[in-house]
Amino acid sequence: MNIIMARLPLTGSIIALLCYLMWWPMQAQADEEGMPEAGMPDEWVQEVVTDEFADMLAELATASFPRKVELVNTLQLRGWPGVRDALAGLLEGELYFSQEEQPEGIRVYVVSGREGDFTLLDPVTQQTEQREALSGLRRITTNNPLRRNLRGAVARFDLLDESPAVRRQAVAELRRGLDSDAILLLRERLVTETHRGVTRDIEVALALYDLESSDAEVRLTALEVLSGELGNDVYNRVQRLLATDASGEPLEPDAAVRHMASLAIDRIEQRRSFFGFLETLFFGLSFGSVLVLAAIGLAITFGVMGVINMAHGELIMIGAYTSYVVQLLMPNHIGVAILVAVPAAFMVSGLVGVLIERGVVRFLYGRPLETLLATFGISLILQQLVRTVFSPLNRQVQTPDWMSGLLRFNDVFAITYNRLYILIFMFIVFALLWLVMHRTSLGLKVRAVSQNRAMARAMGVRSDRIDALTFGLGSGIAGVAGVALSLLTNVGPNMGQAYIIDSFMVVVFGGVGNLWGTLIGGMSLGLGTKLVEPHVGAVMAKILMLVFIILFIQKRKQGLFPQKGRSAEGH
Amino acid sequence: MKAKSLISKIAGVCMTLSAAFGMTATHADTIKVGVLHSLSGTMAISETTLKDTILMLIEEQNRKGGLLGKKLEAVVVDPASNWPLFAERSRELLQRHNVDVVFGCWTSVSRKAVLPVFEELNGLLFYPVQYEGEESSRNVIYTGAAPNQQAIPAVDYLMNEMGIERWVLAGTDYVYPRTTNRILEAYLKSQGVKDEDIMINYTPFGHSDWQSIVADIKRFGSAGKATAVVSTINGDANVPFYNELSNQQVSAEDIPVVAFSVGEEELSGIDTRNLVGHLSAWNYFMSIETDQNAEFIKNWHAFIGDTSRVTNDPMEAHYIGFNLWAQAVEKAGTTDVDKVRSELYGLEVPNLTGGTATLLPNHHITKPVFIGEIRADGQYDVVWQTDGEVPGEAWSRYLPGSRDIKADWVELNCGNYNTKTGKCSGQNY
Repeated sequence: MNIIMARLPLTGSIIALLCYLMWWPMQAQADEEGMPEAGMPDEWVQEVVTDEFADMLAELATASFPRKVELVNTLQLRGWPGVRDALAGLLEGELYFSQEEQPEGIRVYVVSGREGDFTLLDPVTQQTEQREALSGLRRITTNNPLRRNLRGAVARFDLLDESPAVRRQAVAELRRGLDSDAILLLRERLVTETHRGVTRDIEVALALYDLESSDAEVRLTALEVLSGELGNDVYNRVQRLLATDASGEPLEPDAAVRHMASLAIDRIEQRRSFFGFLETLFFGLSFGSVLVLAAIGLAITFGVMGVINMAHGELIMIGAYTSYVVQLLMPNHIGVAILVAVPAAFMVSGLVGVLIERGVVRFLYGRPLETLLATFGISLILQQLVRTVFSPLNRQVQTPDWMSGLLRFNDVFAITYNRLYILIFMFIVFALLWLVMHRTSLGLKVRAVSQNRAMARAMGVRSDRIDALTFGLGSGIAGVAGVALSLLTNVGPNMGQAYIIDSFMVVVFGGVGNLWGTLIGGMSLGLGTKLVEPHVGAVMAKILMLVFIILFIQKRKQGLFPQKGRSAEGH
Repeated sequence: MKAKSLISKIAGVCMTLSAAFGMTATHADTIKVGVLHSLSGTMAISETTLKDTILMLIEEQNRKGGLLGKKLEAVVVDPASNWPLFAERSRELLQRHNVDVVFGCWTSVSRKAVLPVFEELNGLLFYPVQYEGEESSRNVIYTGAAPNQQAIPAVDYLMNEMGIERWVLAGTDYVYPRTTNRILEAYLKSQGVKDEDIMINYTPFGHSDWQSIVADIKRFGSAGKATAVVSTINGDANVPFYNELSNQQVSAEDIPVVAFSVGEEELSGIDTRNLVGHLSAWNYFMSIETDQNAEFIKNWHAFIGDTSRVTNDPMEAHYIGFNLWAQAVEKAGTTDVDKVRSELYGLEVPNLTGGTATLLPNHHITKPVFIGEIRADGQYDVVWQTDGEVPGEAWSRYLPGSRDIKADWVELNCGNYNTKTGKCSGQNY
């Protein structure tokens, strides 16, 4: 109010004040019409409107959280042009206010852009300006209840958005807090809506609201619309129709409605358990794919060459750090960086692998215990090296946008993109490795050396070189696995230790020296764990898996796919 | 990585190594400060920072002229995240190096491991990390939060301010989460929360596949009642947990997660853009604007030579602990453990968030409690705080066995006095 008085000339201010007071009770109506009330000069109204808007934003800047919620709820009902910008900005944490004293008081801006090149939008005047730094500006803070409110508020505007996806999101948002206001908006939208998905969503929302109706017919029709919907809110709401009060009397008076509701619930539960099973299956496959990825390099070094390589986990870690470094080098192309990181990690880990083989392991062939101890020592050295060079803190590998998010099939079944990509990636890596082992001369020589070293040498294979290359290949694959794992878990000096046990388990279970064994072994261990986990918990699931493998190995010493032929006796 | 910083790091490692072997030049006229933090192994991720914090505080104190006219000298040892080694190293510090005070430990297991050594040799340990309580040793000063200074206020906030009715207590399977969750469960039930509205979930150390658990949490949270996760998940398991949350699009507005072991430093390894709004409860946040905090951050950046490094709650605890000890030494005029200890009671030093920390007779301190929401930049917005400082309680009043036990080293000279039987249990802690 003070600001209005100060800014207008004296006579103007009195008139404006009168207008303001007259306008106040009328504004609700005016807003519904979407235009200012006639009867006074347009520019004055404009002035008062912008001033009121500016005042509210200024108050928003420093208000307490409950007060902010009130302000947002008031703002969202006004049809002022900049309201959506301001609310969406606040939601995204992009709304700033000026701290320094200015003649016109606190100013609020929607800030976008990055360091050195910021764009400031004044939602009140809709004017933009450029700035290099945000000195003197402070972000307006939000908390969870406020953001929940803001989402609802922004959804009201998004209902008119051009993109159907945004509109569906908006309807979903409005469904969380259905009040008569939201219903009015949805009904209005339903008339003009052309997209089938959005129409269906709105119908469901309206039906949910209709369940509150006192007319049993209306409730029945609503239930018809809702049957087959999987959404949690639908399920919970329909479930409530079946509830009874303390004396055992059903809360829903109409028997037909109750019958219909119990049918609907049965159908929903059936479909839910079906999709729940699909979900578990996918979790199992995805966990299995991680196990296979981690183990597949070991299937080469341990499985084919017979080297107990305790530094395998650290080779995975080196791959993960490579992916971190590549991202550092290409900060503006996170999506591409991941793709670049795959060959880079293969090279780096492969090279380290070759060094380990040439430097240590080759002197220890045929001495498994010494190899175990030596490679364990190497793993400690590598860990401490990384700790020294990169610090012991975890490093952050960003997930590219195309890998984040959910592939949503319906309300209860969705799979995460990164898991899906990693599953596919695992199959690609496996296929490539299989091709290398079975369709190239290197693979042929590798198999020849591992099956009968002396004979292979007699045939002119340089077994030394093949050993180094094989170890490098296995290590390189471990590095590639590291890139995939860097997107799932923490990139730190200890990350390798988390995978070494699992990797050995998979290789031993699958059958030493058999790539297919590693694939099937890893996948079945993953599936088994995930099928058991919901019933017994994660700690017990892990124990059960270990017990199962111990028992299995007792029965079948060679694992799932034992090696046949002469090399089998050689081990 | 620039060659120069690499060299300086290698030099740093050599220095800590030489310190670890006790080869630093020792002068008779110095006061020795033991630093018992893991510099290698799993816990190095958290503890290295605390070692640096103490070194910084010592450097500052020496610049001010030291204590009692003597310079302070740090004796750094590396217990390598190995619990038995913690006991050996603390014996080495107390017997071979004759340190006057020790700042150290992170995990509760390591603290339990060194406890007998400190009590046998009458040392003085400042322990800077939030922990499960149920302990008060004559020889340990607990500068981190007890459950009533972190867990209980956080649950109160969720219940009263956010209207949470359904609770997931998720933790790593070891002593701190188990005890904290026992206290929380008892507390929630005393507040009228029903059994079916509490889900308790434990996971192994370093658990990395969170798909099923996050899906379970989503399912548990879809019953139409406001649901929150109280997380005592420790260390490295947090990164895949938060990643899975953001991938499965569990937003803080639907199911907020409040964590007791995740702070600025842990977040620096996570992409936080999708975690905005998830909560942490601490007694300090780097983003809190006070003059002391600004200066502390400035000094830290200058000392560590990297302005991107963050500060966190256990660092503040060391700051408070160090200042408490320094003041007590000045007052006592000696570094003798018993004399320093008797000067410590009731001492007040400023904390970094604008209030003061007072050392209580139960060896805990008073602390303000803050609830912060994660921001996109990995820092926290404080959304709630206690009116003043909350005194730390060694023994929880919500657990049946611990309710009657009192710790008071001034009047009772006992850390576990049973008010029912009127006896001190005889153990020192």
